[in-house]
Amino acid sequence: MECQKCHQRPATVHLTQVINGQKSEVHVCEKCAKENGYMNYGEENFTLNDLLSGLFHSEGPSPLKGQSAHSYTKKPKLKCPNCGLSYEEFARIGKFGCADCYKTFDERLNPILRRVHSGNTRHDGKIPKREGGNLHLKKEMEEYKTNLRQLIEQEEFEEAAKVRDKIRSLESQLHHREDGDE
Amino acid sequence: MSLQQFMNEAISPWMKQEGPDSDIVLSSRIRLARNFSQHPFPIIASEETLNKVLEFFQQEFQKKSFRDYKDFELVQMKDLQPIEKRVLVEKHLISPHLAEKAEKSASLISQNEQVSIMINEEDHIRIQLYFPGFQLDQALEQASQLDDWLEEKVDYAFDEKRGYLTACPTNVGTGMRASVMMHLPALSMTNQINRMTPAINQLGLVVRGIYGEGSEALGNIFQISNQITLGKSEEDIVEDLHSVVKQLIEQERKAREALMTRSSVQLEDRIFRSYGVLTNSRIIESKEAAKCLSDLRLGIDLGFIDHIPRTILNELMVLTQPGFLQQYAKTPLSPDERDVRRASLIRERLQLENEE
Ligand SMILES: [Zn+2]
Ligand SMILES: [Zn+2]
Repeated sequence: MECQKCHQRPATVHLTQVINGQKSEVHVCEKCAKENGYMNYGEENFTLNDLLSGLFHSEGPSPLKGQSAHSYTKKPKLKCPNCGLSYEEFARIGKFGCADCYKTFDERLNPILRRVHSGNTRHDGKIPKREGGNLHLKKEMEEYKTNLRQLIEQEEFEEAAKVRDKIRSLESQLHHREDGDE
Repeated sequence: MSLQQFMNEAISPWMKQEGPDSDIVLSSRIRLARNFSQHPFPIIASEETLNKVLEFFQQEFQKKSFRDYKDFELVQMKDLQPIEKRVLVEKHLISPHLAEKAEKSASLISQNEQVSIMINEEDHIRIQLYFPGFQLDQALEQASQLDDWLEEKVDYAFDEKRGYLTACPTNVGTGMRASVMMHLPALSMTNQINRMTPAINQLGLVVRGIYGEGSEALGNIFQISNQITLGKSEEDIVEDLHSVVKQLIEQERKAREALMTRSSVQLEDRIFRSYGVLTNSRIIESKEAAKCLSDLRLGIDLGFIDHIPRTILNELMVLTQPGFLQQYAKTPLSPDERDVRRASLIRERLQLENEE
């Protein structure tokens, strides 16, 4: 049996779909199944898809309030320039297509991330060694600065001076690196 | 290590060891999700891209070693029979998702089977590291070092604001899922675990049975893991999980003590009945086997039975799953046939202990 969607590859995914009470058989290849969001993996994702589609529908004008679907589609389509995934597809499958999707959909991500991660939207963990670039130095400097404030409050000026020197040396390292990068 | 050896060596070497608090904690696991910055994620990547990722791992990591994790073997899904894939799933060396995906996925498995790095799962890279018993801190430290080792070669998808970028928004940030597998027979028997679950959920942690379907935990084995991956550091996540697991360990020990003082004979009876079933039955379903194995394990922990090693629960829970039974029988089996094979495998295994 060939795939109903692409008519190229053999159909390996067979499902029964129920739309508006109408049952229909779907026979597609794995690729088309993925692209059309037929495949769900694991319980984790299933609930997330529900969640995401719920969020998605709560955004923008609701068709229930007498607005036509027309005004809905008038919004400029948000589409990842790198992988081609549209925001609508993202909301349907609940998955990003590539790293650039995060930038493309950035403005709309906060509510989703807040919901999934107990209100959090910003990373506060490990920074990769190479990809992280100067972030390591910046993070280290932030830590020294907090330390410095504490020491000054506690009037431990001798220690504070040492920490200040460390911050200066980090600063020069950072400038040096940034110059080198350009 | 050849693939055949992989399969024949049914129980992973690390699983045979006992870790800290191993009367209650069976294993600790850290999983890190990572992606290449330059490639689309597997869910929409072209076959060509998936191949590139696979070939990269073949070239850079096949047969390589990192510290205790020697001779990484790239096991490609396309080379495996369905039963072989099932066995890897049952050993937790690959996910069901990876097994379902046909051609372009693989798992890079260390010789001691403590580490498996799944390639082209939902994310390009999923690093998994297991430790016996309660050793979350060690697992995190080692997983992070493995991560650094991979990063020497891989350009990770990382963003200052969102952290490690993953296909699913539920994993973004640290990309880390820390989990602990616990045997909680006394808390289940007294139904306390269900009452504790909502409070644990409130801390951003999830409790679920890992064998069996739905909420029912086969063999009273529960997995506790973090839900949140964004906005907290790896260390903080692990610390939160650590403290909840510690409390669960204490509660379980208390509940066991209470059962021992209040109803010692009933408990002893239950344990020996289950032992009797395991050593004598000719047909046994996985559900009954899991219940009896849990009782047997509790009997070992409480000292009623002293000639059988504790690791029997872990071991037989793995060995009596459908994939292994069919591997052992060297032929596909119907569910009825499996129940017969399961009973005989358990009898044989327990007989071994009597001979020694
Ligand atoms: Zn197709
Ligand atoms: Zn994209």
